[in-house]
Amino acid sequence: MTLDLAIAIIITLVGASTPILLAALGELVVEKSGVLNLGVEGMMLIGAVITVAVVLVTGNHWLAILCAALAAAAAALIFGFLTLSLSANQVATGLALTILGTGFSALFGQPYTGKAVPLLRSPFPPELAADPVWRVIFGYSPLVYFSLIMVVVIWWFLKKTRAGLILRAVGENDLSAHSIGYPVIGVRYLAVAFGGAMAGIAGSCFPLILTPQWVERLTTGRGWIALALVVFAVWRPFRLLGGAYLFGLVMTLEVYAKAAGGGFRVLPSELWAALPYLATILVLVLISMRRGGSSSAPACLGKPFLPTS
Amino acid sequence: MTVLNRRTLIKIGGAAAALPLVGGVAFAQEKVKVAFVLIGTPDDNGWNFGHDTGRKYMLDKIGADKVETTVVTNVAEGPDSERVFRELAQQGHKLIYATSFGYGDYVHKVAKQFPDVKFEWATGNATAPNVSIYNAKFHEGRAVVGTIAGMMTKTNTIAYIGSFPIPEVRMGINAYAIAARKVNPAVKIKVVYVDSWFDPAKEADAARALIDQGVDVITQHTDGPAALQVAEERGIVGGFGQGADMSAFAPKSHLTAIIDNWGPHYVKSVQSILDGTWAEGSVWDGIASGEVEIGKYNEKIPADVVAAAEKVKNDIAAGTLHPFAGPIKDNAGAERVAAGDVIDDGEFWAVDWYAEGVEA
Repeated sequence: MTLDLAIAIIITLVGASTPILLAALGELVVEKSGVLNLGVEGMMLIGAVITVAVVLVTGNHWLAILCAALAAAAAALIFGFLTLSLSANQVATGLALTILGTGFSALFGQPYTGKAVPLLRSPFPPELAADPVWRVIFGYSPLVYFSLIMVVVIWWFLKKTRAGLILRAVGENDLSAHSIGYPVIGVRYLAVAFGGAMAGIAGSCFPLILTPQWVERLTTGRGWIALALVVFAVWRPFRLLGGAYLFGLVMTLEVYAKAAGGGFRVLPSELWAALPYLATILVLVLISMRRGGSSSAPACLGKPFLPTS
Repeated sequence: MTVLNRRTLIKIGGAAAALPLVGGVAFAQEKVKVAFVLIGTPDDNGWNFGHDTGRKYMLDKIGADKVETTVVTNVAEGPDSERVFRELAQQGHKLIYATSFGYGDYVHKVAKQFPDVKFEWATGNATAPNVSIYNAKFHEGRAVVGTIAGMMTKTNTIAYIGSFPIPEVRMGINAYAIAARKVNPAVKIKVVYVDSWFDPAKEADAARALIDQGVDVITQHTDGPAALQVAEERGIVGGFGQGADMSAFAPKSHLTAIIDNWGPHYVKSVQSILDGTWAEGSVWDGIASGEVEIGKYNEKIPADVVAAAEKVKNDIAAGTLHPFAGPIKDNAGAERVAAGDVIDDGEFWAVDWYAEGVEA
């Protein structure tokens, strides 16, 4: 393999990984607070369609990303109201959020189909990215750098800050956190809104980096991969980064191997496509086989908070 | 018209079943109800757009006073589609178009239960007394764009992004490859299957992978312009619209398009319902009858290339050129079609090899 091709593969894989990473980072924080939001795919679609609409109307990429984050966070708060304030079933409500997002984005996106969206390009001067080796560092969309910064920020927040500790306490034992005076529901609302905003920004990646257009169901299931990835990464931000890039690598190698043809096509096409999911199942099996040590999932994950009962 | 999604359809279906006598009372002559079942949405600018454009053309020609259409979008190929077909039949649709290959088993199953309802299965391969099949010879269009690709490529490496390795796609690849190598024997044809009819991000990544490996002309057999947009961004020689004109997405790289024109067929078959002459059959037309059209040529294509492409198109329309005329070798070097012979319409569906020059 030539250097140029290796660089090309890296650049493509980073693009493919970024939306999954962003969405999974948001979901990681949500799940750390003890809430399981299966609506990632729907929130990503809302983010994607809002991005396209705002870019086409105003031409401002940054405003578009902001609006996408706010819109998806608003959708997440609907989920939050139902599951946190009304104690509805989180799995069912999350699935409903995906259906809502799919439907809303299809309806709202109708005027914007059939139009090309300008890409959000690297923030660095083009001379820096002219050389292929430097392009690996400077050649990406700002959303890529943002996703990498957020890995560190979220790791730092969860591990090093008092607020992060409270969030984890709420996720691990909501009744104890409540009894020493932490606002369990309030913390979870914030986490859910943050997860929505990140999913919305993940949705922005589709029209701004990957495929600059709006079309119904643009994200084609990447939100579900993000959900699987959180489990794959056992709720740790840096493993999430590795996992997202591993998933991206598998998805990217698939098309590059097929394009190379000949001996590179070692695996059947369907198996390539199934690999990220097989890897997730494998990790789940490995996690559950670990003896002794505490289970990796936040202890209150998916359970409604009912302090009086 | 009414646009329904699967869920509302099922609800409305329940209501309609409860009130079977309401419909049609107010009309002097009852409108014939025709349904279109789509795998995606009409705004994909590709396959589904083509069918919906055909529907509108039919409505226009036959008249909204005589026909009423229902469009059901986003119906997955699978058991779910069976319910949709049954609901549509129960609602009194006289003719139901199933516009994707994977609906076949379910169309046939429901058709047996509703012998008075006619079904037409696009790209299908089996008929029944009330199930017809209709298809278009897209491979004739592939021969035209293959000619352009063969003459325009600078790297002698062109590509075909396929959905699934089914006969229709394989023969599209072969028609593209044979035509390209006729004008440029040095050309190689790389094939990537994305295992989906619709996955824009993956189609775009496939295009990136191909361009990174030396491809400079891409055609695709999926439902959207994602690959063309990558071609535009990378500034390669170009690509082709599939199903509809996609030049809005890639003004510099959109060389031309293979346009599906289902309208004339829909007019004919709805008219036969109105006349009571509908019969089981199989329709497979191409460039000659206008079901397959070639779009506008990009102005960057040199005049001699346009002339060569037009000649292929006109010769196919006139019947003097067959896209699969021998001698044809496969990509392992074995002769598959002798000189003077052709792959006829019957043999077409059994071809399981790729033509010379295809890397798949």
